[in-house]
Amino acid sequence: MLKKIIVLSSIFTIGLLIAGCGKGKTAITMAGSTAFQPFAEKLAEQYMSTHNNVSITVQGGGSAVGIQSANSGAAQIGMADLVILPDEAKALTSVAVAKDGIAVVVNPKNSVMSLTTDQVRDIFNGRITNWKEVGGTDAAITVVSREAGSGTRSSFEQIVKGIVLKKEALIQDSNGTIRETVANDVNSVGYLSHGLINEKITALSLDGQACTSESIIAGDYKIVRPIYLLVKGDAPGEVGNFIDYILSPEGQQTIKANHLLPVK
Amino acid sequence: MKLIGEKGVQRALMFTAFSAISALLLIALFILSEGLPFIFRYGIKDFLFSNDWVPQQGRFGIFPMIAASLWVTFGAMVVGAPLGVAVALFLSEYAPRPVMRVIKPTIELLAAIPSVVYGFIGVMVLAPLIREFLGGPGLSLLGGSIILGIMILPTVISISIDSILTVPQSYREGSLALGATTWQTIYMVTIKASKSGIIASIILGLGRAVGETMAVIMVAGNSVNIPHSPLDSVRTLTANIALEMSYATGMHRQALFATGVVLLVGIIILNSIASVALRKRMVKK
Repeated sequence: MLKKIIVLSSIFTIGLLIAGCGKGKTAITMAGSTAFQPFAEKLAEQYMSTHNNVSITVQGGGSAVGIQSANSGAAQIGMADLVILPDEAKALTSVAVAKDGIAVVVNPKNSVMSLTTDQVRDIFNGRITNWKEVGGTDAAITVVSREAGSGTRSSFEQIVKGIVLKKEALIQDSNGTIRETVANDVNSVGYLSHGLINEKITALSLDGQACTSESIIAGDYKIVRPIYLLVKGDAPGEVGNFIDYILSPEGQQTIKANHLLPVK
Repeated sequence: MKLIGEKGVQRALMFTAFSAISALLLIALFILSEGLPFIFRYGIKDFLFSNDWVPQQGRFGIFPMIAASLWVTFGAMVVGAPLGVAVALFLSEYAPRPVMRVIKPTIELLAAIPSVVYGFIGVMVLAPLIREFLGGPGLSLLGGSIILGIMILPTVISISIDSILTVPQSYREGSLALGATTWQTIYMVTIKASKSGIIASIILGLGRAVGETMAVIMVAGNSVNIPHSPLDSVRTLTANIALEMSYATGMHRQALFATGVVLLVGIIILNSIASVALRKRMVKK
């Protein structure tokens, strides 16, 4: 009986000690844009490998979550990928750290390779409902979009003016799940961050412009938005250091290497 | 020493019981206090029966979501109830006891699988199958119903088995003695005797289906749309709350709490029906 008590207490204490080992580090939470989230994670990993006193956690949730978390203090850094920051973000300091294009994507097996802005608008409005109306096969178009609080969605709808999303559109909750949905459904169309395109989906050319880093930098591809990091007040201490790191040549190089666009 | 121990244990248990009850009451009170003012201000008829859910323009009609939740739950019942009762009957009436003692815990393992894993399987396996063989986007009411039907199986099977096993053996022996086969005994005697328990198990399973969020978000498509066919994409009340709660402010946030109130009322009604059915079973004995 005594032995049992000793063993259990020691296990408990050791567990607590291990849990407490994280202390002594400054904890920074980043939350918001799912478009920037994978890049934030890579940057955080790189930063933490050279700075042992900081522990950075990255969460998603969408740009609106980023703004709200930064306002409420739930996160030290909010991430938002919006063309224009809404009123709720006025109280926050915003720093643009990257630029990103939004690509309209389809399944690789889809024969359609390019669309005009008007066609994109009509597809998302529900006025064009079949791929054959835009040069594809005779199949119903499955439209995939994001939830209302998404920065990618807000930016997309602001730049491609006049979209009232059709009621039958599927709603997914992050850039990643849109990518998975489009990759699995031959007749689907969606939009996501240019930096997240991989071989499972195809980015369409818009008005003759392919969605590549070069055309975005040159200003030829039109659906582009900045990615903002939002902080309450001026960024104190480690938070400011991390943001400076992201804006430094090393941070911007990481951003570029992962197919996002540096802000400069 | 013994007396203190006795009273001490009694008080400790009473305290724990009251904590559990008060936690439940506090949750209910919190949801009601956030959601009811909105319902009274916005108008309960518009809230429950309007088709427009456009929070950005201040329109909060949740009828499409109510329809979706009802249809998905009904679909889960169609998938899960016959399957569950059949398994329960097989395990308690036909399978030899050692087989039952192995299979029953394995089925209860189904309940331990996280709902996000169910959702994952739904997206990766079920949705493409539906898309290929039945058409539509695949992420649909049908997909949600099938996944939920499988999720409620452990509940339905466990409680049904317990209910069937409480039927006195004398009932079965009497029926067999009169010349009935095993199957005739089952549907003429055993099922009739355990009917309340089986119904209670189905209703409890439905309660789980109504509250399920993660799997439904991944499989049902989340369009704000009244379904016209099982292949349409739908958004349930729970999915609506989960998708929008993280960024909703002001009236939008209150509308989501009000959705929680609707869910709470629905689940209370379901569970009350289930407990009445269960009590009937007890009284019969």
